[in-house]
Amino acid sequence: MTDAILEVQGLSKFFGAVAASDSLTFQVERGCCHALIGPNGAGKSTAIAQITGEVRPDGGSIRFNGREISRWPVHRRARAGLNRSYQITSIFPAFSALDTVALAVLARQPHAFRFWRDARRDERLRRSARSFLDRVGLGDRADVRAGDLAHGEQRQLEVAMVLATNPQLVLLDEPMAGMGRAETQQMLDILRPLKGSLSLLLVEHDMDVVFALADVVTVLVKGRVIASGTPSSIRADADVRRAYLGDGA
Amino acid sequence: MTAQLVFEQTLNGLQQGVMLFLMAAGLTLVFGIMHLINLAHGSLYMVGAYAAATVIAVTGNFALAVAGAVVAAGLTGMVVELLALRRLYGRDHLDQVLATFGVILFFNELVKILWGAQALFMAPPAWLAGSVPILPGAAPYPAYRLFIIAVGLVVALGLRQLIVGTRLGMLIRAGATHRDMVGALGVNIDRLFTLVFALGAALAGLAGAMAGPLLAIEVGMGETILILTFVVIIIGGIGSVRGALVGALLVGVVDTYGRAFLPLALRTLLPPAAADGLGASISGIAIYVLMAGVLIWRPRGLFQAYGG
Amino acid sequence: MRRRSVVLAAGLALLLAVPPLAAIAGEPFAVTLASRVLIYALAAASLDFIVGYGGMVSFGHAAFLGLGAYTVGIVASHAFDGTAVPLLPFAWHGTDSALIQWPLAMLISALFALVIGALSLRTAGVYFIMITLAFAQMLYHLFLTLPTYGGQDGLNLWRRSEIPGLDLADDVSFYYLTLALLIISLLILKRLVHSRFGMVLRAGKQNEPRLQALGIPTVRYKLLAFVIAGAFGGLAGALTVNHTEFVGPGLLHWTRSGELLVIVILGGLGSLYGSVVGAAVLLILEEVIAGWTEHWMIVLGPFLVLVVLFARRGLYGWLAGREAEGD
Repeated sequence: MTDAILEVQGLSKFFGAVAASDSLTFQVERGCCHALIGPNGAGKSTAIAQITGEVRPDGGSIRFNGREISRWPVHRRARAGLNRSYQITSIFPAFSALDTVALAVLARQPHAFRFWRDARRDERLRRSARSFLDRVGLGDRADVRAGDLAHGEQRQLEVAMVLATNPQLVLLDEPMAGMGRAETQQMLDILRPLKGSLSLLLVEHDMDVVFALADVVTVLVKGRVIASGTPSSIRADADVRRAYLGDGA
Repeated sequence: MTAQLVFEQTLNGLQQGVMLFLMAAGLTLVFGIMHLINLAHGSLYMVGAYAAATVIAVTGNFALAVAGAVVAAGLTGMVVELLALRRLYGRDHLDQVLATFGVILFFNELVKILWGAQALFMAPPAWLAGSVPILPGAAPYPAYRLFIIAVGLVVALGLRQLIVGTRLGMLIRAGATHRDMVGALGVNIDRLFTLVFALGAALAGLAGAMAGPLLAIEVGMGETILILTFVVIIIGGIGSVRGALVGALLVGVVDTYGRAFLPLALRTLLPPAAADGLGASISGIAIYVLMAGVLIWRPRGLFQAYGG
Repeated sequence: MRRRSVVLAAGLALLLAVPPLAAIAGEPFAVTLASRVLIYALAAASLDFIVGYGGMVSFGHAAFLGLGAYTVGIVASHAFDGTAVPLLPFAWHGTDSALIQWPLAMLISALFALVIGALSLRTAGVYFIMITLAFAQMLYHLFLTLPTYGGQDGLNLWRRSEIPGLDLADDVSFYYLTLALLIISLLILKRLVHSRFGMVLRAGKQNEPRLQALGIPTVRYKLLAFVIAGAFGGLAGALTVNHTEFVGPGLLHWTRSGELLVIVILGGLGSLYGSVVGAAVLLILEEVIAGWTEHWMIVLGPFLVLVVLFARRGLYGWLAGREAEGD
């Protein structure tokens, strides 16, 4: 059998009569980058939110490393090694970049119930946080307020935060949203080496990015899987072309 | 404990419940649509009560007094909204709480200056002054309280009709969930907000006028009912008018039952004097226990309408 | 940095100089007023800890003030008439010792904060405001109707708490002790704010969903902060009852919770030291305006609306400069 880190089975979520996820089934292999694509409203972001626990599914199962997690709260899933970045940048604007990552470093420790020592002078915490900033190329921006960073830098900071939680599976919700050509290239360079040591579940609109990163592509339409396979087979799939890429693509 | 007593207390509970509903409906609409938490809603109730007492003292006409209260509270609400509160719609809840707290302090003092610190009293109209027999064998029930229940139910139905069946109601529903859309429809959203606020204020004024013959009309009456109204909304779910109705009736009945029956129940355990003393303090807590129970069971209330 | 240090040093010097200055000016009442300012500053600082840093807008903080005050009042009343404190598994006739009374006040307030917080923190935002207000009002109602401890008449404290080596009946000694406790409490709270715990707390105020997504169970941190705030509120209550030698249900009234929030905002949200400035301004203003008119609320009300609309930074931020924000 294959070695799946994440197995989603029959996941369903309805908002009123609209199905955001309709018996959604797919799995992410360990060490791979698996892309979820589909037109707007296909239910990609809702799928991510159900996997992280921010949205409660109406039915179906989510197994992570073989364990059923669909009833776990968000923080427990994150601690188990399942973490995400957000489509709309979600940071702590009043914290410095370094403090933001330090917070993520704290998150993977058993608890932060330490009351006396000044966290700003906590060298181990800061050193660890700085190493993650360096990895995403923000080493020289450590003391800038996160809210004052440029958009592309905030996206890099998001990635640093996610990495600092020591994840096994990272859900990337449109990591390139709102980025220019050069920034996208830079982000690709940050993400590509992660494959192998980490597993990635990628939601992305930019097909160049998808085909550059993904090992497997799953296509969603109206909450259902209509095709799944290697990037080249997806590119060739007639259903996908009709439903999504558009016949002329 | 007889069936008649239970029946009478149920009516009392309903009567208190519909009063709370008049308050809760306005508060919950204002929150649901403008996302404003308005502590000064109780002040509008107080304005209504004082206006009613003043009109009745001059004219002796109850219907005029109620109309005066509704108009006075509605206009007061409109002025407060235009002068101060509309600047708070986009602000965080802490700002809203503090500013409307300031509005309460202002109105409490203003009322004290205009009417004095002494409580006012108001008699029910002559045609509602008596009692009517409703159950064979039971003591006759005060007609005025029945009248309040009837008015409350009529208002509830009217409000439902307004929200479901009119253009204003459509805008109210749309404004609560898709605020941008209402603006895109070409509706003057500022005017809509002022209108909704005035509607809520008028309902509070109506509640104040109806309460006039039952309570001492005094400074601070608004805050007592405000906090009960909060309990209602927490139980019913913020933004939901249906939740406000269910929550109000629940709170009314539980509070009334608690006050009537808890001391009786305690008398079987304790000497009468101690039972009455303890009963009075415990029964006042009944609704908060109810609230805590709902919070544990459904943290966002029974009928949560919109995101918090 | 320098401007802030100057402001703090000047403030401390001023507070230390109040009793001698009052003696020179022949205004002993000033010491009493200043003690009141310090006590309110302590209560407001504990509230700022959860509102300003934790983003939990509690409109029921007076409950903890009242619980602390009633704890001392009740314990002292039993010591006075020699009866046993009810509902205890052992016979205890109360005490006058501050070393027992005051920590007990903090403990009782903290316990109630634990229960109220655990229920209220099941929600957030506007629900949280209304629920904390409702629970505080419940306690107000309880003390108002409970005949055993004075009901609406409240309880008199026949003598102030006793501390070995200090005469708290002397207003100047009481003032300096209150000042010392305020400074210690502020330093402790400040320390907490900058610790790992405080970092999580402050992050939760900015973006709680993100913090959970990082794997931090935020409610536990918020609850603990709420309990800590309750405990310091209880200490302020223990000081209040000693200051006025009386405790009544009015101390738990919801307007008191409102006043504390006003002090927090006046001083500047998320600036613990600002609470002292806020308390001083509000209480002295009240004293001054009350000298002109009995209707001081008609001034305070619109003043509050204006502060909210136009002066969000607070007085401390204005005094100590921009770098003091988030202090």
